[in-house]
Parts: sequence; structure tokens; C-alpha cells
Amino acid sequence: MAVLVIADHDNASLKDNTEKTVTAALKLSGDVDVLVAGQGCKAVADAAAKITGVRKVLLAESAELGEGLAESMEALVVPLMANYDAVLTPATSQGKNFSPRIAAKLDVAQISEIVDVVDGSTFVRPIYAGNALETVQSADAKKVITVRATSFKAAADGGSAKVETIAAPAKPAKTHFVDQKLVKSARPELTGAKIVVSGGRAMGSAEEFQKVIEPLADKLGAAVGASRAAVDAGYAPNDYQVGQTGKVVAPELYIAIGISGAIQHLAGMKDSKVIVAINKDADAPIFQVADYGLVADYKAAVPELMSALAAAGK
Amino acid sequence: MKVLVPVKRVIDYNVKARVKPDQTGVDLANVKMSMNPFCEIAVEEAVRLKEKGVATEVVAVSIGPAQAQETLRTALAMGADRAILVQTSDDLEPLAVAKVLKALVGKESPDLVVMGKQAIDGDNNATGQMLATLLDWPQATFASALEVSGSKAKVTREVDGGLQTLEVDLPAVVTADLRLNEPRYASLPNIMKAKKKELAVEELASLGVDTAPRLKVVKVTEPSKRTAGVKVETAADLVSKLKTEAGVL
Ligand SMILES: Cc1cc2nc3c(=O)[nH]c(=O)nc-3n(C[C@H](O)[C@H](O)[C@H](O)COP(=O)(O)OP(=O)(O)OC[C@H]3O[C@@H](n4cnc5c(N)ncnc54)[C@H](O)[C@@H]3O)c2cc1C
Ligand SMILES: Cc1cc2nc3c(=O)[nH]c(=O)nc-3n(C[C@H](O)[C@H](O)[C@H](O)COP(=O)(O)OP(=O)(O)OC[C@H]3O[C@@H](n4cnc5c(N)ncnc54)[C@H](O)[C@@H]3O)c2cc1C
Repeated sequence: MAVLVIADHDNASLKDNTEKTVTAALKLSGDVDVLVAGQGCKAVADAAAKITGVRKVLLAESAELGEGLAESMEALVVPLMANYDAVLTPATSQGKNFSPRIAAKLDVAQISEIVDVVDGSTFVRPIYAGNALETVQSADAKKVITVRATSFKAAADGGSAKVETIAAPAKPAKTHFVDQKLVKSARPELTGAKIVVSGGRAMGSAEEFQKVIEPLADKLGAAVGASRAAVDAGYAPNDYQVGQTGKVVAPELYIAIGISGAIQHLAGMKDSKVIVAINKDADAPIFQVADYGLVADYKAAVPELMSALAAAGK
Repeated sequence: MKVLVPVKRVIDYNVKARVKPDQTGVDLANVKMSMNPFCEIAVEEAVRLKEKGVATEVVAVSIGPAQAQETLRTALAMGADRAILVQTSDDLEPLAVAKVLKALVGKESPDLVVMGKQAIDGDNNATGQMLATLLDWPQATFASALEVSGSKAKVTREVDGGLQTLEVDLPAVVTADLRLNEPRYASLPNIMKAKKKELAVEELASLGVDTAPRLKVVKVTEPSKRTAGVKVETAADLVSKLKTEAGVL
């Protein structure tokens, strides 16, 4: 059995979702190749070649692959599947965009957001906002799988696989890239960060969100997250949303500030190692999952937390 | 321009799903069911296209049990013109749903399919992408803005690092994200009017589509539960606990 892993990257650097997905792939087979599709991403391919356990890296480059067009990704991957029994993609927005197309083209089910590999055809995946875990067995000859990367440890570096360049598919005829507005940030990636500080509706404005959440995150070297309510209200950009329908995170430490703890929010963070909640309502559901709860107005608590951290050498 | 909107009947988003003790699935007996929230957003968008004079007809379709008629009535009350139920008691996987929708697209010839990005029960986030592939139509998923002009649609999409804008040739499949719009509540007069709108019921078998499941559900279990920890009195307490007890600072 040979397995293809599709790398997560931004054309400049490899994201650790890739190493985590390689770990899932190695549970299926010892023959794991990584596909790096993008533009100007040779450095990404070289980084992927260093992942322990990777047999070979395939590199395909074109403008459309760089823009991440789903049609182009499908056209690239489907013919490659003649050589593979399974394809694993990290369940990012990008992965979720193109992976079902590969499944549909191959006429197989997609096994979405697996959190565990039981055997070569049996997988565990969360359903109902993570309130249930479903173990499914696939009868399809080829498996198309998206992987919840936070559920797997990153494969270590130490390999030296060969990088092989392959041809990119023709430009899709009916889909045209217009533009892209990406949030630039020096902070760690939300889904891979060791610490995440999230703010909720309680912030009340974008200015307050920036004044309260961001300095705390920077003090801790943390990524910034938000509840849907905070994103809907425009306090934080859309790609900060943590939850069932946003990003799933599992950091060492998750700090929720002014977030009530709705089922949909918990779905995105309840696998964090340690959860801290700061909320002025002692009955807020977030306290039911928090390891440490501080019942307080964040307006007083966050500045106190900043000084306590400073006193502790942070 | 005709718009087709697939809608799914699911557990209400306010209800916490409970796993059955025999591990065969989630207990949906006597549980409140509603239209999948992302499908509501899709219906709202289609109705707005009609109100703007861009769309001429909005057709809602659901694949599911007889009770899914209620979901379709909700779509009609929100402003859809007519509805189709493809009736089945089977639980269809996204690929099967996409194949059924493809057959309906063949009959209805819409110019645009607007649907939810994800159903909050199966959480697959797959059906729209599969439908676009099977139809060989362009796809624009996770839409937070949709602008239709002539034979093209401009779609702003929520992507990993921010927002991306695509232009797709119609016909196309668009899937709705949370921030596309805020769905309206159906007014009482519109709920009454919806009762008189056409709702056709078709048996799944009559479509002749292969909907055999590809996945066997071995079991459905409960995730390990987190238990509430302790309350701390001050921020200083918190920092010292995080440092010494939890070891995460
Ligand atoms: C289909 C669907 C998908 C969804 N997906 C997501 C998702 O992915 N992620 C997500 O987060 N949500 C999601 N939601 C929304 C979710 O149901 C909640 O509405 C949302 O999480 C609430 O955000 P919040 O906790 O910031 O706001 P609220 O629930 O309003 O909570 C604000 C909290 O702040 C506290 N507070 C107020 N003032 C202060 C103060 N001064 N100091 C301290 N505490 C204060 C309050 O006590 C309250 O607990 C989804 C909903 C639907 C229907
Ligand atoms: C009682 C019951 C129990 C179930 N148990 C399981 C189970 O244990 N395991 C399992 O894998 N599946 C189960 N299913 C099926 C599962 O809930 C989904 O229907 C299936 O996996 C499709 O995936 P999704 O809804 O997550 O699709 P998504 O791809 O997330 O859906 C996206 C969009 O597709 C459209 N769509 C999807 N389904 C329909 C539909 N039927 N009619 C119209 N439009 C639709 C909607 O616009 C929706 O917003 C069950 C279904 C029922 C009714």
C-alpha cells in the first residue's frame, strides 16, 4: 500500500500540519510520498524531504496551484492516484476545498477529519460538533481522507527523500482567481501554536480586542483566536474563529476571555491540554471544561494577569 | 435565472447530541430538528438574489425522510418558490447526496446551486465540492459574499489566512459560510403562504441513482469528557498554578 500526503504550506514555508498528517499516513503504510503543489515552493519541497519516513517528494508548480484553485488540485492529484491506495490531506480550509473533489472523481467516499487510524480501512472521526466519535470502515479500493492534524504528533525531521518535479495540469477554464487578502502576522499559526489566547463577544469592539487580547498573546508568544460572535461583530478577522465551523486547536494552553463556551466553540478547543477561562459569569458553560477558572471582569483581570506574568519573568 | 438550494434537516444547533448506549449512533428520538444553519444562510442568499431581481425562481430541495417536508416548508416561508423532497429513510453519504442532486440538476437545469458548506450533524463539508465535480461546474466554497452579474458570479471566500475572491462562470456551485448573511425569520403570513406553495415528493428509488453506502459505521462512541477544574481567586494565583501545577508556562 502506498500513501500520498498533500502538504500544507503557503508557498514559502511548510506548515506542521504536514508532519502531523505524515504521522497518520505512516500508520497506514511505510510507503509515504508527499506532494507539494504551489508556486515558487521549491523550499517547501526541500523541507518536506527532511521529514522522517517520507519516501519521495513530488513538486508541482503553476500559478493556479499557487492560488490553491480546487479544480487544479483535483486535476493534479486524480491521475497520480493510479500509484496510490490512499491520499491524506490536512483538514484546513484549503484541504476541505479540494479533497472532496478527488473523492468524487474517484467515485469513493471521503473520510472527513479523522482523529485516529484503527487499521488500513478503519478510521475514527468526530461528528455532531465532536459530541460523538464515529468509527467507520471504508469499502472503497482507494481512500480519500482529510486529517485533523491536532490529533497526531508531528513526524520528526531527519529524512533525506528525493524531490521529483512533476507537470502541473492545464488552467481551469471556468474558475478565475481575482485576488487574495491574507492577514499577515508575526504570531505563531493558530492551529499549531503551543498557547492560544482567544477573545469573545465581551470585547465589544475591534479596538478593545486589539488592546486586551493581542498584548497578552504577544507576552505569551501565543496565537490569537476568537469566538464566532467576536468574528461576526468584526472584532477579529474570520480566520481567527475557533470552533466547529472554524479552526480546531489543541494547544498546551488555551485561554478563553469573555467567551461563554457554546457547544460550537468547545468543539474547536476542548482537546487543549490546559484550558483557562476568564469570565464574569460564574455559571458560564466554559467553566465546565476549564481547568482553571477566574470569575472576574476581564477589564481588571487581564491587566492583573499581564503584571503577574511580568512578575513571573514573562 | 433559476437557483437550486439543497437544504438538510438536522438536529437543532442548540441541542447537544447524545450517543446511544448501544453505540449504534446518536439518539435523535424526541430531539428538536431544524434546518441546518448553513442551509438557512443558503436559502436567505437565494431569496435575496430573487428580491434583487437577479434570480427568477428559487427551488429548495431536500433528501431525507417525510419529516424533511417541514424543513422545506421553512425554506418556502423564507421565500423559496417551490420545493422538492426526495424521500428516503436511508442515511445518505455526501457522495450519494451529490449524485442525487446531480440528477435533480439534470431535471431542473438551474443556473446556480447555493448550499451550506457543512451540515452540523455529519460535519463532512463535502457535498457541494462533490456536486461541482460530478457536474463539471466551477465551485466557490465557504462564501462570505456573492455577487452575480450576467453569466458570472464573483465570490469572496473565507480561506485559511483570510479572504480570497474568485470569479466563476455560471452555472456554478456556491457553498455558504457563516458570514454570507443573517437569515431572516419567516413571518407568520409567510408561513401561512408557504403552506400553499408547491412541494413535490419523489421517491429516491425513482431517480435510479446509486446511493449505496461506501462506509460502514462500526460504532459511535462518546468522546472522553473533560471535567471542570478549580476556580482561582486572582490572576497571580492563576499564573503560579499554570507555572508549577500545570507546567505550561
Ligand atoms: C452553525 C453554527 C456554527 C457555529 N460555529 C461556531 C464556531 O465555529 N465557533 C464559535 O465560537 N461559535 C460558533 N457558533 C456560535 C456559538 O453558538 C456562540 O454564539 C458563540 O460561540 C458565542 O460567542 P461568545 O462566547 O464570544 O459570546 P457570548 O455567548 O455572548 O458570551 C460572552 C461571554 O462574555 C462574558 N462577559 C461579558 N462581559 C464580560 C467582562 N467584562 N468580563 C468577563 N466576561 C465577560 C459573558 O459572561 C459571556 O459568558 C456557531 C453557531 C452556529 C449556529
Ligand atoms: C438519523 C440519522 C443518523 C445518521 N447517522 C449517521 C452516522 O452515524 N454516520 C454518518 O456518517 N452519517 C450519518 N447520517 C448521515 C449524515 O448525517 C449525513 O447526512 C451525511 O454524512 C452527509 O454528510 P453531511 O451532511 O455532513 O454533508 P455536508 O457535506 O457537510 O453537507 C453540506 C451541504 O450539503 C447539502 N446536503 C447534505 N445532505 C443533504 C440532504 N440530505 N438533502 C439536501 N441537501 C443536503 C446541504 O446544503 C448541506 O448544507 C445520519 C443521518 C440521519 C438522518
